[in-house]
Amino acid sequence: MSTAAPPSADSDCAIDVVDLAIRYHGQLALSGVTLKVPAHDIFGVIGPANSGKTSFLRAVNRMDLMTAGMEVSGSVRVEGRDVRSWRNPYALRQRIGVVFPLPVGLPMTIYENVALSSRLRGTRNKADLDVIVERCLRRAALWDEVKDRLDSLGSLLSGGQQQRLTIARALSQDPSILLLDEFSIAVDPVTTMRIEEVLSELKSEMTIVLVTNLVQQARRLASQTAFFLTGELVEVTETEAMFEGAAQDPRTTAYVEGKFG
Amino acid sequence: MTHAADRRDLAWWIDRTMQVLVLAGGLSAIVFIAGIFLFITREGAGFVFDRFDFREFFFSPRWTPTSNHNPTYGALALIAGTASVTGLAMVVSVPFSLGAAIYIGEFATGRVRETLKVLVELLAAIPSVVWGFIGLSIMNPLIIQVFDVPVGLNVLNSGIILGLMAAPIMTTIAEDALKAVPDGYREAAEAMGATRWQVTFKVVLPAARNGLVAATLLGVGRGFGETMAVLMASGHSVNLPTSPFDSVRALTATIAAELGETAAGSDHYQALFTLGIFLFIVTFAINLAADVFVRGGRRKYRRRGRRPAASANP
Repeated sequence: MSTAAPPSADSDCAIDVVDLAIRYHGQLALSGVTLKVPAHDIFGVIGPANSGKTSFLRAVNRMDLMTAGMEVSGSVRVEGRDVRSWRNPYALRQRIGVVFPLPVGLPMTIYENVALSSRLRGTRNKADLDVIVERCLRRAALWDEVKDRLDSLGSLLSGGQQQRLTIARALSQDPSILLLDEFSIAVDPVTTMRIEEVLSELKSEMTIVLVTNLVQQARRLASQTAFFLTGELVEVTETEAMFEGAAQDPRTTAYVEGKFG
Repeated sequence: MTHAADRRDLAWWIDRTMQVLVLAGGLSAIVFIAGIFLFITREGAGFVFDRFDFREFFFSPRWTPTSNHNPTYGALALIAGTASVTGLAMVVSVPFSLGAAIYIGEFATGRVRETLKVLVELLAAIPSVVWGFIGLSIMNPLIIQVFDVPVGLNVLNSGIILGLMAAPIMTTIAEDALKAVPDGYREAAEAMGATRWQVTFKVVLPAARNGLVAATLLGVGRGFGETMAVLMASGHSVNLPTSPFDSVRALTATIAAELGETAAGSDHYQALFTLGIFLFIVTFAINLAADVFVRGGRRKYRRRGRRPAASANP
């Protein structure tokens, strides 16, 4: 496959998906997804459970490599390059931060959690790491709460703190794309609002894909929103239009108005 | 006034009966262990209280219980024999079992993984006398040939045999420890771009550290308690080993070999039971330490509550 185009060729499009289909052990979980995620923006993905939202994210950062039975067809281009053309998928994943539904504080100190990515990439200098850790924790709105106990276990923080720790860890990768998968599912409303503020600030620097089970969250944050339903992409529409009854598909309107799902 | 539904029906009686039976089963384990300890203590008590000389027992290498003039009961050589064989066994088995556990737990998938697990469990079922036989008939000539030594029944031989013998059970326990590390940790680290090895080395192994230490300790306990294979492969001569090519005698092997030829109640008989008490205390301490480590490992995840810590159940 020729991917001669330099990454900056299509700089207003961060993720370009064409006819994506995902199967688990031969069974179709998601099909017919064609969409473009604009760069430096928040792109919402909504839909009820089992609609294929998470599978979509997994295809973007090549989690299919480590999931037995997961097959991906169609193409996913990240910054102009098909993700399956990367010979070193680990390097691809370093460019893509992921935040999972349940916060995963790795069983190491808060400091080590945030320093891990840099360490894996060979940064040894303590002063450099200190700078990275502080910057990422500040940007994730967690610094003030943990600055005095960076040496305590990350897995002992509260759910909301752990989720911000996860975001700080993702930011420490210095990613160009941030994938969030229902990040607020185990987080209290106040923390959710803080994280949402963080995300609005981050979008000037990176592309954010926000998969959410809260349609109002998509409305607050995303400029465009995709609606997934039972393994299909129903539509991608400007978020405001979608919520003001101008969705292309009646099912979308029904979903965002809370009639099902 | 009683409600019509308020009566002790069959389900209530079955529940009560089963609770009592299960309790009895649990208590019996404790009763048996306490009984064994009482028995060996009683048999060895006469020696411990009348004849026992702390300095002789722990610091003299002279184990000559059958001497007519001056029987001595120095267990140092036996303790050194057991310790040297167990130590070498750990040097052999820790890399093997850890490597196997990491491969099975972190790298192998699907059928390869299942097949390997079954094979490892089969290996654990090989009787120790078969291992002793291998030591005697295969390792012995091999060591004589390769290292050009007169006798091949020595620390090296029995250490390797014992190491291979302990490796499967250690692999199984170590793999359980790796399995108890939540998958969310692996996913989170891999999503950051960590390679499989980085995930294993930086995240999984530290998280499973206590379980891995416990696996090693149980291997040590196995080495301490193993009798037949060591009896057959170690040369069985009382000796303070100075090189891996020295023959030694183990505590367990001494009991097995000598107990049948002593008069019940004699000093020699009671001295052997004293060795038994010592072995019992050491293995008990090792198992207790392993248990403490396993519990320490579980506490770490309690806060998360995402997945209950897996039991050490193969």
